[in-house]
Amino acid sequence: MTALTQTLAVDRQTAVARIAPSKGADRLFQGAAYASALLVLFVLAGILGSIIYGAWPAFSEFGFGFLTSSAWNIGTEQFGALPAVIGTVAAAMLALIIGVPISLGIAVYLTQLCPGWARKPVAMTIELLASVPSIIYGMWGLFVFAPLFARFVQVPVSNLVEGMPILGTILYARIPSGVGVLTAGIILAIMIVPFVASITRDMLDQIPTVLRESAYGIGCTTWEVVRHVLVPQASVSIIGAIMLGLGRALGETMAVTFVIGNANRLSASIFDPGSTIASRIANEFNEADGLQLSSLMALGCLLFIITFFVLIIARLLVRRAKVA
Amino acid sequence: MSASPAIRSQFEGRSPADVKAPVRIAVKDLNFYYGSFHGLKDINLDFRDRQVTALIGPSGCGKSTLLRTFNRIYSLYPEQRAEGEILLDGQNVLDSKVDLNELRSRVGMVFQKPTPFPMSIYDNVAFGLRLYEKLPKSELDGRVEESLRKAALWDEVKDKMKQPGTGLSGGQQQRLCIARTVAQRPEVILFDEPTSALDPISTGRIEELIEQLRADFTIVIVTHNMQQAARISQFTAFMYLGELIEFDATTKIFMNPAKRQTQDYITGRFG
Repeated sequence: MTALTQTLAVDRQTAVARIAPSKGADRLFQGAAYASALLVLFVLAGILGSIIYGAWPAFSEFGFGFLTSSAWNIGTEQFGALPAVIGTVAAAMLALIIGVPISLGIAVYLTQLCPGWARKPVAMTIELLASVPSIIYGMWGLFVFAPLFARFVQVPVSNLVEGMPILGTILYARIPSGVGVLTAGIILAIMIVPFVASITRDMLDQIPTVLRESAYGIGCTTWEVVRHVLVPQASVSIIGAIMLGLGRALGETMAVTFVIGNANRLSASIFDPGSTIASRIANEFNEADGLQLSSLMALGCLLFIITFFVLIIARLLVRRAKVA
Repeated sequence: MSASPAIRSQFEGRSPADVKAPVRIAVKDLNFYYGSFHGLKDINLDFRDRQVTALIGPSGCGKSTLLRTFNRIYSLYPEQRAEGEILLDGQNVLDSKVDLNELRSRVGMVFQKPTPFPMSIYDNVAFGLRLYEKLPKSELDGRVEESLRKAALWDEVKDKMKQPGTGLSGGQQQRLCIARTVAQRPEVILFDEPTSALDPISTGRIEELIEQLRADFTIVIVTHNMQQAARISQFTAFMYLGELIEFDATTKIFMNPAKRQTQDYITGRFG
């Protein structure tokens, strides 16, 4: 006890003796931190502002018709966003339809079924998937996946559904090249799975053990526990995780540009090539000028708005889940 | 070793232990392991029909562990294992051939914290029923009401059956969990410190409820609270360091325990 009091006393002496930093230095530090924070806001506002400024000629030329037109004619300078917007939404939706069930499966496996020793390695592998650069996915998608997909999926499925109502339209490939909206959706699904799976896993982990035990305690099977208790309990945050994945799928550029086929036409078949906003911009920005450049800017503006709203909804949902 | 008048007065007017009641659960040479840790050592114990048996002892003595073997809820965790026999109406529940889902509908459990499921009050109770029985709507309604009445919750919730179960107070949530368990008409109900997260008034209501449920079910309750054990149980088992030290009628354990350790624990000398 005496020793402790002595050390404390010594500490206090040094505290009194130390040289106080000048008020100015501290203020400088605070100012620097404040400026860093402000800078982000300025950059965001700057980007948004300059995109809108650059897009203005296209918006004023085509007006609302820019959204509804499917023209993209560089010769006659007629531009419309419809095929790209629809392609963006379609590819992202396909990615969710394919990716979300897989993500939930992974999260449920990791939190409920996986033996302890395997949990870390499996989780690590999934997080590694998230760190693969998108160009790799694009390259792999185009050179490896697309030919296999054409041969083993597009051709047989097209032959099977040919002439059928509805299915014969949606799943028919006129030219089974392997690239197309569905291929992009599949590649995007692989890319969003790690995000959705790891957030969902965290959320399922946060559910108290005793809730899980009491569900098993009334005689539920694993499926019933997951379906009726765990997933509903984490539902809001799972939706948030899905929205974050959607945000990524909407904006993904490189991988999609490789595998979507970059065709500016509206097709009812998900095997047909299409384009997304991001892939259109990536394809054309190099040689664009005048109204074309302005139309690309306008596309960018639309993408900004779409992803911005998706992200806001996602954050709100995740936050609400954490508070509750 | 004789009890003070204060302790003695607690037992006046109480239903005495029925030593002739048939044995519902017979535990024989039970050993339990958490990995390499030996959590329960050679437990031999009988639980009698329509009696409340309290498991008491200091933290870590194995009372919850013992409770969790009866519905094999421990088997959710692969590193935990039990050896020996637990006979529920003569059938060994530790047998690997036992259908766990069926076992858990026969042996219900109520936990330390209220655990309403993320669904309406009605569905919380009906959920467990729907797992096992295909009942027409009117009959299902009847069973839900009956269960909520048995859990002394009906009058408080009958006008808001569609509202989420999580909106109730802690005490109400716990009674909802009891209703959910009762709805399945189990033979045995296990209570794992059911009042440890509740205020004194809610605790009182749960204790009254357990006393009433005894008419229909065999009850085993783990409690940290010795007064609670004295108030609501007919039999008490005192456990220490994974061993069963003493098991007898509650009045005997509290007024005239046979073992020094039991005496020390119930008089608050340790634990």
